[in-house]
Order: sequence, then structure tokens, then C-alpha cells
Amino acid sequence: MGAAQEKGRKAYARQLDLLHGRVDLTHGSGGRAMVQLIHELFARHLGNEYLAQGDDGAVLPAPVMAGARGRLVMSTDCHVVSPLFFPGGDIGSLAVHGTINDVAVMGATPLYLAAGFILEEGFALQDLDRIVASMANAARAAGVPVVTGDTKVVERGKGDGLFITTTGVGVLPEGLQLAGRLARPGDAVLLSGSIGDHGVAIMSQRENLRFDAPIASDTAALHGLVAAMLATKAQIRCLRDPTRGGLAATLNEIAAQSDVGMMLQEQAIPVKPVVAAACELLGLDPLCVANEGKLVAICAGADAPRLLAAMRAHPLGRDAAEIGEVVADVHRFVQLTTAFGGRRIVDWLTGEQLPRIC
Amino acid sequence: MKYLDEFRDGALAQLLARKIAATAEPGRAYRFMEFCGGHTHAISRYGLADLLPPELRMVHGPGCPVCVLPIGRVDMAIALASTPGVILCTYGDTLRVPASGGKSLLKAKAGNGDRCSDIRMVYSTLDALQIAREQPQREVVFFAIGFETTTPPTALAIRQAQKEKLANFSVLCCHVLTPAAMRTILAAPEAEQGGGVALHGFIGPAHVSTVIGSRPYEFVAADYHKPVVIAGFEPLDVMQAILMLLRQVNTGRAEVENEFVRAVSREGNLKAQACMAEVFELRDEFEWRGLGVVPHSALKLRAAYAAFDAERRFDVAYRSVPDQPACECGAILRGLKRPQACRLFGTVCTPENPVGSCMVSSEGACAAHYSYGRYKDRH
Repeated sequence: MGAAQEKGRKAYARQLDLLHGRVDLTHGSGGRAMVQLIHELFARHLGNEYLAQGDDGAVLPAPVMAGARGRLVMSTDCHVVSPLFFPGGDIGSLAVHGTINDVAVMGATPLYLAAGFILEEGFALQDLDRIVASMANAARAAGVPVVTGDTKVVERGKGDGLFITTTGVGVLPEGLQLAGRLARPGDAVLLSGSIGDHGVAIMSQRENLRFDAPIASDTAALHGLVAAMLATKAQIRCLRDPTRGGLAATLNEIAAQSDVGMMLQEQAIPVKPVVAAACELLGLDPLCVANEGKLVAICAGADAPRLLAAMRAHPLGRDAAEIGEVVADVHRFVQLTTAFGGRRIVDWLTGEQLPRIC
Repeated sequence: MKYLDEFRDGALAQLLARKIAATAEPGRAYRFMEFCGGHTHAISRYGLADLLPPELRMVHGPGCPVCVLPIGRVDMAIALASTPGVILCTYGDTLRVPASGGKSLLKAKAGNGDRCSDIRMVYSTLDALQIAREQPQREVVFFAIGFETTTPPTALAIRQAQKEKLANFSVLCCHVLTPAAMRTILAAPEAEQGGGVALHGFIGPAHVSTVIGSRPYEFVAADYHKPVVIAGFEPLDVMQAILMLLRQVNTGRAEVENEFVRAVSREGNLKAQACMAEVFELRDEFEWRGLGVVPHSALKLRAAYAAFDAERRFDVAYRSVPDQPACECGAILRGLKRPQACRLFGTVCTPENPVGSCMVSSEGACAAHYSYGRYKDRH
């Protein structure tokens, strides 16, 4: 993220105007204005020893996993959410949580993040400052620093304010394997909490649709919950965070990868009343609405009670529930027994239910 | 949401299912058409078919606004959208309806480089009006589709545009009428021959009936001796209506009954009707997908509102386009075939790549069966 701050000397004649200033093309051109933006805004919030190295890449210590050799897990996620600020979070915290969660559900301990910012000319520095501060808070709370990054500026009309891409690296202990292809008939399907909160929180803020739903996004870093689950030594086959496409997409993915079907119980799936009501008004199916702080676990049926108890003991898994089981099915259908006792398919989302949700 | 929980109570549903099973006479075949896509969706989504006895079969009707939209009308919307300066506003469901030459509004929106059309999804006619106010230099056309439920909001928007003298707002009116479609189905030769579809009764529309009331269905009972039960869109409404239909059939009655008393009266919403009548008049004929050309089955703008009629304002004419030959949407919309009887179902035609309109909206018979019920088809 550019050169290290020169101590004891004021580098720039005039400080960034964080109150009224706006991003202009010079902030991405590689000149002094760009370096100033990096120092006075990005480094001020995100600063850490690796970022302070100021080289083209961060040099990081080799991870150690309790004496054993670990493997690296790497994941990347682009964030284009609209609006940038929403109840419960903003694009900054979302960009940190989203990538940490992708690393965590592989069973890995997330260690470092990289962040890329695409800024649109004219974007308010005040908003950028607020977003980077929120990103720094989220990274600090999670204990996963942003160690390298990049900023580009595009002309007005060529972007939509701000896009953030984050990449995460984590370390996975030898011998642990979680993968979508490992589900097998008889396994239990567990869900860490209520679904649809993030999507509905975003929808409630859309300009042409504003309604006063007292609902906040569930955006959260899940690696603590994952660690608590792994500590039970339950036979976990797969963990996944049901983001875009919701629970329906995640379960269909796993069913396809593992060549199995699933049978869910509608009444066991937690949906907050306010989310259910908002979905009803908007014609959405909560099963297809995005989440940013929930995970699905597929585990050996016999281990389900133990794993569920551990999830419920963690603050981010308080409302965890066993929602169904994995069954043999050559058609790989995810099915649901409705509250009425009838059956139906839980299919992939068709088309675009909610654009730019994360 | 207390209101919703009450109409989705699983225990009550089981009780109703037992009553239905006890009322259906063994060995007798009952075929009821749920006219509306809203009912089709509820039946599929809640798995209601699993709760019905084998004697009873629900036949999906044509009451899904995007399903009955003929290709030629979507072509008109695409032509309007590609007119320089035009912003086409539309409800989201129409975006994926297949048009001629593999096109759709969604594809026209994505476009090809600089030649993409400005097509915007709106939730309400008021959104379209607002865009017209904010962009006076652009022509804003609202693609108005749907039955009597969505017609009053279109009428209100046109009245408001006239009041505000919004010179850049117009409507491509494709509003259609429910009773005309029911009459076409009942008068179809297949029904008379008893070969294709022998219907024993109808579940009447929910939201349409809040506007037009229950009176317009009385001809179904009087002229065709078929019972009608108007029902809400909640799953318990549908179950209750099925029970009421069974009782009518068993006792040889044919009446219009109203299960949806919390919202529907015999006369309907007189204010909404007056507003519609002020702005719209009957078209001589209108082509429906599946039902063909049906006389007096759709609306157009009255001469007094001609300035807001996109068909008069722009150089677009309706041209009838035949459906894809292998597509069975027509027969499915008339209740003659089930979705799974179509050769294209689930292979060439899926919700991601719909060939026919019934695969587009979740209210369409094909999309509902594909998304919720196709596990039943496996061998």
C-alpha cells in the first residue's frame, strides 16, 4: 500500500479534506496525491507492521499450527453491495467478514487479508473514511489484519462509488478436510441461525423500496464459531456460508457436489417474523435470500446433537437448528416437508432475485 | 406476522385435508381448475397436492399475467425500448418472457455495446411516473400487463399524468380481462366433447375479485352449470375452497361461493372499477397466448387519454407471432395438458432458459412444477 510514513516530517502541505473532499483522478494516478490518500486515510485506519513495510507485497511469517505443518487456504471475494451503508454494517465490514468466512468454512484459521479498492471519481472522502474505519474495526475485532492492498480510480460514471475486493489467507491443520463432495446419506444438516436477515436489511434501504423494517444485516466473522465447532471433534463433512442465492443455493451446491439429495423440515428452519413478513411483501422466498453471518454444517448424523450444542453455546450460533438430513437420491433433489405436511423441491434461485446484495 | 400464521396453520391444514378426503366420493373423479397463478403457486409451494385424495386433481388455469402475454406484445415492448430516447418501465416478471428471434427484454437491456436499451424494473406505476417527472427530456413508456388487479394502478397513473400534464409519459396497455378468459375455456370444443378437459369447478381469483367482485363469475354457474368458489391466495384458503367445491359437486349445486369474504364482495371495489372505466375501454379483440384471439377480452386507452397511449404515440403495430411449435404452453394454459407432458419441459425449457411463457413466472404452471414438484416425475 505504498511507501512508509516518513516520521517527524510533514509530508504534504495541506491535509486531505475528509469533510468536503472528493476522490479525483489524481488519487489513482501514482503521484503524490495517491500516496497522501494512502497515508492519511488507508494507513491511518488499517495500519499494522506488515502494511508499514510499504513494499509491493507483504512479507509474512510462515504459519505454525501447534508444531504440525499446516496447509494454506486462500479465497477472494468482490463486494459491490448497494447501498454502501445498511443497518448492521457497510461495504467495509462486509468485505472483511465475507472473505474471513470463506476461509473459515474451509476449516482454516484466517490469518491475513489483502484489499483492493476501485473508487469512482467524485466519491466523498468522508464516506471512504467511514468505510475504511469500519473495515479496520472489523479486521481488528476478528484479529485478521489487512496486510497489503491497492487503490484504483475510474472516471465518473464508470463505477458506482466504491467496489472492494478482499483476499484472505488462512492455515488449515494437516488431516482436516471439509469439502462439499463429502456429504453422505444419513448425515445431518445444521444451520447456525435465522436466514434472510442480510438480504432483507439491504432491500429495506433500497431507494425505490424503502420500508421501516427493524432488521439489521447479520454480517459477522464466523471463524470463532467454526473453531468452537471443530473443537468438538464431531465428524464434520462440510461447512459453507449461505450468501448469494441463500440457503437454497448452498444446499443445492452441496447436493450436486456430493451426488446426494436432502430432505429438510420447513418448520425447523429459523426465519425471524420480520424477515418473513418483508419477504411476503416483496414476493421473496427467505430460502433464497442472502446471509452474511450464518453457516451450514453437514455432519455425521450421530454427532449432530454434540455439534448443535457447541453451536448454540457460541453467540453467533445461539439459534442454531438441525434442519434436515442428507438422503440418497440420484436426482440430487433438495426437498422440503412443508409445515402442511406436503412436499416440494427447494430449487436454485432463478434469475436475479436481489441484485447487488454483497 | 399473525395474519400469515393463521392462514398457514399446519394442524388446520391436516384437519381440512381429512375433511376433503372424507367428502370426496370414492371412485368419482373431480377436476377443479384454479384459474389464478397465485393459487398455482400456493398449491406448489406448500405441497398441497400431497394432501389431496387420488380422486381429486387440480388443473392449472391461465391466470398468470406473463403466461398469457403473446410473443407479439413482448416484441412491441422491445421495439419501443430500442426507440432512441425511450425508457421502458416494466414489472420484473416480464423481463424474461421469450420474444421473437430468441430475444427478451432482459437481453435487450443487456444489449450489445452502445445499443443496449434503457429498460427499468419498477415495483409500481408510481415509480414510472416519478422517472417521467425526473427526466422530462426522455420518453417514459410503462409496459402495462396483468388482469384486473394491476389495471386500476395503471388507470390512476394515467389520470395523474394527465393532471400533471406529463407529456413524456405513455402506456403500452396489455391489460386483459378474467371473465373473458374463463368463458373461452368453458366454450372450448374440448370441454364440450369431454375429451380433453372435463372441469367440475373453478377456484375463482383472489385479488382480481377484490376489484371486480364475485358477480362477473355468475355466468359460469348459470350458463355452464359449473361451481365457482372465490378463494384467497393463502394455502388454507385454497384447501377450504376445494372442500366447498366438493360439497357443491356432490350435491349437484352450481353456485358462485365466496371463501375470500375478508376481501371480496359481490360488487367489488366500485371506485377502482369507475377509475378503470374512465380511462379504458374494451378492445374488439386481443390475442392471448394459449387461448388465441379472444373478442372483448382486453382493454385499451379511451380517446380522451390517447396522448398517453404508446400504441398511438409511437410507430409500433401488433404483429401476431406463432409460438415455438413444440411448446405446449397453449394446451397447458387451457388445462388440456400438464407441464410434464411437454417434450421441452425440463430439457430444452427451464426457468433459466424458458422457451414458453409458462416457464417464466413462478405463477406459471411449468415454472411452478419445475421449481417445486418435478421430483414426482422421476422414474
